[in-house]
Amino acid sequence: MSAPLIEMRGITKIFGAVKANEAVDLSVAPGEILGLLGENGAGKTTLMNVLFGAYAPDAGEILVEGRPVAIHNSADALAAGIGMVHQHFHLAPRLTVLENLLIGIPGKSGRIDRARGLARLDEISRQYGLSLDPNLLVSALSVGEQQRLEIVKALFRGAKLLILDEPTAVLAPSEVDGLFAALRSMAAQGLGIIFISHKLNEVRALTHRCVVLRHGKVAGRVDHPAGTTSAEMARLMCGHEIVPPVKEASTPGAAVLTLDGISTAGHAGMLLRDVSLVVRAGEILGIAGVSGNGQRALADVISGMLPPRAGTMTIAGKTVTQFSPRELQALGLGRIPEDRMTTGLVTNLPLADSMVLPRIGTEAFSSKGLLNPAAIRAFAEAQIKAYDIRCPGPMARAGALSGGNLQKALLARELAFDPKVLIVSQPTRGLDIGAARFIHEKFLAMRAKGCGIIVIGEDLEELLMLSDRIAVMYEGRIAGTLDSADATVARLGLMMTGAGQTEEAA
Amino acid sequence: MFRLEARTSTPAWFNLALPLIAIAATLILCSGLIAIAGAGVIEAYGVMLSASLGDSYAITETLVRAAPMIFTGLAVAIAFRAKFWNIGAEGQLLAGAVASCFVGAIPMPGTLAMVLMALAGAAAGALVALVPATLRVKFKVDDVVSSLLLNSVIYYALMALIEGPWKDTFSGYPISPPIEDSANFPVLIEGTRLHLGVVVALIAAPLCWFLIARTTLGFRIRVTGENPEAARYGGINVQRVLLSTALLSGALAGLAGVGEVGGVHFQVMSDISPGYGYSGIVVAMLARLNPLGVVPAAIFLAAVMTGGEAMSRATGVPAFLSDVIQGTALLAMLVALLFTAYRIRRVGAQT
Ligand SMILES: Nc1ncnc2c1ncn2[C@@H]1O[C@H](COP(=O)(O)OP(=O)(O)OP(=O)(O)O)[C@@H](O)[C@H]1O
Ligand SMILES: [Mg+2]
Repeated sequence: MSAPLIEMRGITKIFGAVKANEAVDLSVAPGEILGLLGENGAGKTTLMNVLFGAYAPDAGEILVEGRPVAIHNSADALAAGIGMVHQHFHLAPRLTVLENLLIGIPGKSGRIDRARGLARLDEISRQYGLSLDPNLLVSALSVGEQQRLEIVKALFRGAKLLILDEPTAVLAPSEVDGLFAALRSMAAQGLGIIFISHKLNEVRALTHRCVVLRHGKVAGRVDHPAGTTSAEMARLMCGHEIVPPVKEASTPGAAVLTLDGISTAGHAGMLLRDVSLVVRAGEILGIAGVSGNGQRALADVISGMLPPRAGTMTIAGKTVTQFSPRELQALGLGRIPEDRMTTGLVTNLPLADSMVLPRIGTEAFSSKGLLNPAAIRAFAEAQIKAYDIRCPGPMARAGALSGGNLQKALLARELAFDPKVLIVSQPTRGLDIGAARFIHEKFLAMRAKGCGIIVIGEDLEELLMLSDRIAVMYEGRIAGTLDSADATVARLGLMMTGAGQTEEAA
Repeated sequence: MFRLEARTSTPAWFNLALPLIAIAATLILCSGLIAIAGAGVIEAYGVMLSASLGDSYAITETLVRAAPMIFTGLAVAIAFRAKFWNIGAEGQLLAGAVASCFVGAIPMPGTLAMVLMALAGAAAGALVALVPATLRVKFKVDDVVSSLLLNSVIYYALMALIEGPWKDTFSGYPISPPIEDSANFPVLIEGTRLHLGVVVALIAAPLCWFLIARTTLGFRIRVTGENPEAARYGGINVQRVLLSTALLSGALAGLAGVGEVGGVHFQVMSDISPGYGYSGIVVAMLARLNPLGVVPAAIFLAAVMTGGEAMSRATGVPAFLSDVIQGTALLAMLVALLFTAYRIRRVGAQT
């Protein structure tokens, strides 16, 4: 094997009481795609942030092509040929694609060299099959295109090693194929790639080798990911077997939530046109669709964030079309937002505050306008325990939690109050396989208790596994509804493209 | 070489240490100015200290000056917690002063007069603060600009009042008629100016702390300030929280004006506030928006003001130095706040 492109030796990074990384060794050869796996909070992002210069390690060294280097910031990292695509993109939305590429790149005599930039972009596009229109505003790009721009940006700056932190979590399944083709082509041309994902089938399909972290330490290495099973990898990650949950047959009861002819004013992803659907007690309704086809608006309407322009919504027979989020909640609606950082939690305040936020005015946490700090704390502590939320404690800043643990906190705060109807978007995005299993079991248990659940998602396998029925959204409409017994990935996929309009309307 | 590194957590002692460090830095920076003005640094600061906190009379004078800044500091601290950018405490103070002067001039029993003065002043301040808050909530008008500009509007309205209808017909001075003697706030220590309003200010601070830390309204204010989107999703009526915050903030600033009328000047004139509303911003920042911290921060600024005048008389350093100290303290605090989010790390020290 050729000399490693980069090598991390004995990396340790400590946050207060948490050893996020402990004596981690890792190397990537040119042309190699390395998978980095591990449970939520195992330390993957931290390790990559160390490599990219965002955190100084407490111990250990980094070698690039055999030479030790000191990486103190992202500029050092880029100079050493290391590029990183974060899960939250770092782009300037009011600038064009080309301008974003040229930020911080000095041209001749301080001026921006557009011509050279264009030529280089063209070269990179053709070399790796990453096409982008240089003159489009970044704000007009889809999430997938923004990610492509982030990748091109790293290559533009001469990255020889590309780090991708959960790149597929934000992509539609169809976009994943394009990303993988580009990554394979980069590897074939000698670049090294570190790929983080919780989706084990992706990891098996793409990577050449894997490193598995558990509690900050290397728990194992996999030399032939394609030759192992997802179950084996999951065991390495979690330390035990992951069994899929069993969905018991259930007979749905009365309708708990109905939408009848709901339309919204809006554009693109915010538009709903004449949407009607029914969720019954003890039933899970999946909402499939390529993102941007109205799912966001649907979730916002149901959770009371977006008043519809036409149509009626009922909960347990009561008309609630213009109800506020608080009124809906009081009727037993539980909501888990898609965007946990901006909509779900208050990252700068203690975790406990976020966990009681929707019910702060209820008797559980206050009386006569006075808070009950002991009850708030006790509630947060109980949920942290029940859901195994890894955090320093209920009074720690919510923002210090890893993505998966944030998601668990949001689920906990809703499920603790036994909602009658639950609307969830992308419930397991960013969750490790064990945590995802746990969430699935929770949903099925809620279903058994008679809760009506709507799951909006892009992961068709997950929807098929959880749902009793699946409705497909296309351009703001319900394109059709299938019993999950009749549904297949292929059939749903076809409906998601607008082809094959069918079936009963819920 | 050094560089800034993002902090992963902020130690608790920081909250206390930061303002002290900022104040120390301010005094060191300003000592250069004293030296340039040709005075001895130690001597000048010594005069400042003894004139502001050196004996019990000086202490009462400093407290009398601190009282309005405690109120405006609380007003700003609470508003900023909700990210309602109330730069208008000055105008709210003036409105409170005018309203309480108006009420205080009506003959009635003293206790009743004082209560009504406080209510009228608080209501006037609250109404003024409601303007920028409503503009923001209804029309998305920037509250920094609107609350700041409103200060001038109120100031010139006050001028029109004391140059016009209220003008003293005998002397011709632009001052309002005095309030009734019975409405003058009682003096607590014979021979000083320490009045009832100072005690009310000192009690207001822990009450505000309680409101922010222990009530549901305080919870909603904090959450709205930190993340309005999550607040709305969580069922909080963000607009109503902003309006409530504005009313509360304006009422506190209005009370600053009430204290000045009822306890210090007994009438309204054009310079009734030497910028107490703006000083409130410095106080709130030094206090890190914690109502309990507002008291020491206001006392510090008051000491600088009272001490600054004495220092000027004794050493010839212009009294403007106290303004410079105030401004520098704000800047130093803003720089110091950077260190709650970042720390300095020496690079090259690792293996
Ligand atoms: N800035 C921080 N301050 C304090 N603790 C932190 C910080 N960043 C991470 N941690 C802690 O370090 C541990 C590792 O976090 P990290 O984000 O690296 O996990 P991860 O493997 O990327 O998880 P996920 O799959 O959920 O993204 C967690 O316990 C987390 O709470
Ligand atoms: Mg991560």
